[in-house]
Amino acid sequence: MAAVTALNESPAAASAGQPRGMQLRRRRRLNVFRYVVFTVFGLFFALPLLAMLRFSLEGAKLGTWSLTAWRQIASYQNTGIPPLISSIEITLELAVITCVVMLVLLVPTMIWIRLRVQWLARTMEVLCLLPLTIPAIVLVVGLGPIYNRIQHYELSALMLFWVYVILALPYAYRALAAGLSAIDVTTLSEAARSLGASWFTVIVRVIAPNMRQAILNALLLTAALVLGEFTIAYLLLYNNLQEELYSISRNTPNAGVVYSTSFAALLFAFVLLLILSYAGRRRRGRG
Amino acid sequence: MEGLSRHYGPVVALDRLDLTLQPGELIALLGPSGCGKTTTLRLLAGLEDADSGYISVGGKDITHVSAAKRDMGMVFQAYSLFPHMTVRQNVAFGLRLRRIDAAKRDRRALEMLELVGLSTQADRYPHQISGGQQQRVALARALAIEPQVLLLDEPLSALDAKVRAQLRDEIRRIQLEVGITTLFVTHDQEEALAIADRVGVMREGHLEQLAPPTEVYSRPATPFVAEFVGLSNRLSGVVRGGTVEVRGCTLPLVDSDTPDGEVVALVRPEAVSLAPDASTESGPLAGTVIAVTFLGATSRVTVDLGGTSVLAQLPTSDATALTAGSRVTLTIRPDPVLVSGSSAAAGSLAEEEA
Repeated sequence: MAAVTALNESPAAASAGQPRGMQLRRRRRLNVFRYVVFTVFGLFFALPLLAMLRFSLEGAKLGTWSLTAWRQIASYQNTGIPPLISSIEITLELAVITCVVMLVLLVPTMIWIRLRVQWLARTMEVLCLLPLTIPAIVLVVGLGPIYNRIQHYELSALMLFWVYVILALPYAYRALAAGLSAIDVTTLSEAARSLGASWFTVIVRVIAPNMRQAILNALLLTAALVLGEFTIAYLLLYNNLQEELYSISRNTPNAGVVYSTSFAALLFAFVLLLILSYAGRRRRGRG
Repeated sequence: MEGLSRHYGPVVALDRLDLTLQPGELIALLGPSGCGKTTTLRLLAGLEDADSGYISVGGKDITHVSAAKRDMGMVFQAYSLFPHMTVRQNVAFGLRLRRIDAAKRDRRALEMLELVGLSTQADRYPHQISGGQQQRVALARALAIEPQVLLLDEPLSALDAKVRAQLRDEIRRIQLEVGITTLFVTHDQEEALAIADRVGVMREGHLEQLAPPTEVYSRPATPFVAEFVGLSNRLSGVVRGGTVEVRGCTLPLVDSDTPDGEVVALVRPEAVSLAPDASTESGPLAGTVIAVTFLGATSRVTVDLGGTSVLAQLPTSDATALTAGSRVTLTIRPDPVLVSGSSAAAGSLAEEEA
């Protein structure tokens, strides 16, 4: 009996061993490929950043180190250039206002269209994705007269949020649409309605909380867009962080502060990304 | 509900439906896909508007009242618990909307969870409990607001067979315990027959029959009901003087006023019994077994009566001796049978609608 079992098992084990070996080799090759790709792309992104960091830490003499450029972020001012810190404040405020307006505008509208006027969904999608296809210069030409009128009343650079909301629409829309399609909106809303919920309650207390991750993603993309936007602000003659950095780099011999501020802005966006993704994961784990 | 109609473009989903639910009763609406049963439920819940007709609850017209103000508890086919709320919060949601104070709300939610046997799961999230438990929580949530009518829209169809049977019995127990008027929509005849006080069989937007389950099964009002609920053999026969003669057997008619003439008689498989027959003589009720299907406690035997197939449902103990090719003699129990006018389609086996 034992002999029979042994005879029966040997070829099976051998044939099972062969594919397992092949699988291991394939997995090893795949891992090597992954590491190579990761290293190449990592270097592609990391090298310019490291160069920026290196340059921002350059001392007065070549080969020396200094934190002056980093200290200057809060206090930098030059002839004809307003304090750098004020443009940082304006950009952060713009990011917050744009995020809030975008959410207030887009989340209820998308839920409402999904629930009540589905025939409008395609039009909504086209409208939201349209800014992707319009070059910044065309947008500026179109928005120019409106902003001329706004500037006539001497309103601050915070008025840029209107155009930033438009620019953020495609990214925010995509993120929210993905979140919306991941939940059974119709059943949840009907369940809530049958329990006595008004449409407002359905949107605010039932659907929106279940789109938390999508909302965080939309916020992140919107904030990242505002923190990095230069063209529109420059062409419309408003001062935001990016425009200010450009102005400093053109008008001052101290370029170190440009790189320290740019690096700080990137670091800020990265930390924001980490916080939002951590918050999303934590909530997902719980809920 | 009176004269309720609903059209989707050219499609008539509901055609002047009249339906009255007595207080505390459970009516199951049964029918094939697209027959209008879910539309009826959704119109009653206020999730859709009727094109015409009138809905009243307790004498109060609610035809144009919004879903949020109708006071109906509903359990859906799809899992409908709010994923971001715990089981307790889900059950208390409707009470919160009614501004019941927190302590009372919590007490009521726990009472409802105890009723459905899930008080220990109160602090879990929907994704942490099974599908059957989710539907029980949905039932507790619907009952927590003490609705005037409980609406169940195929709540068991997403569950596996064992859980489905358990939950089906539990729904009936709870419905009787609470005494709530209930409308239950299903396409599963077993479910409908098992728990309903009355079963409404629907077809193309109207009710074919509304009667207690035993009556729907044993005295179907129309050939559609006879064929949809359970299985029926279609055997040609002749109506003569209030009875129908099928292959030499005289059977009483459900409708004794049926005019004389050739008809198709719809005979239930369980009314057919078989006896092994060693002889090879042919006769109107002698045939050959084609197939035996084991169903557990019963077995279904298909017999060929010389070009006509007949189904017989027997206790498995009686069917063990029968194999394909066995010669058998049929006996038809004289239960009242329904007949349909044309004998053209006689001999075909009715398909079971699930």
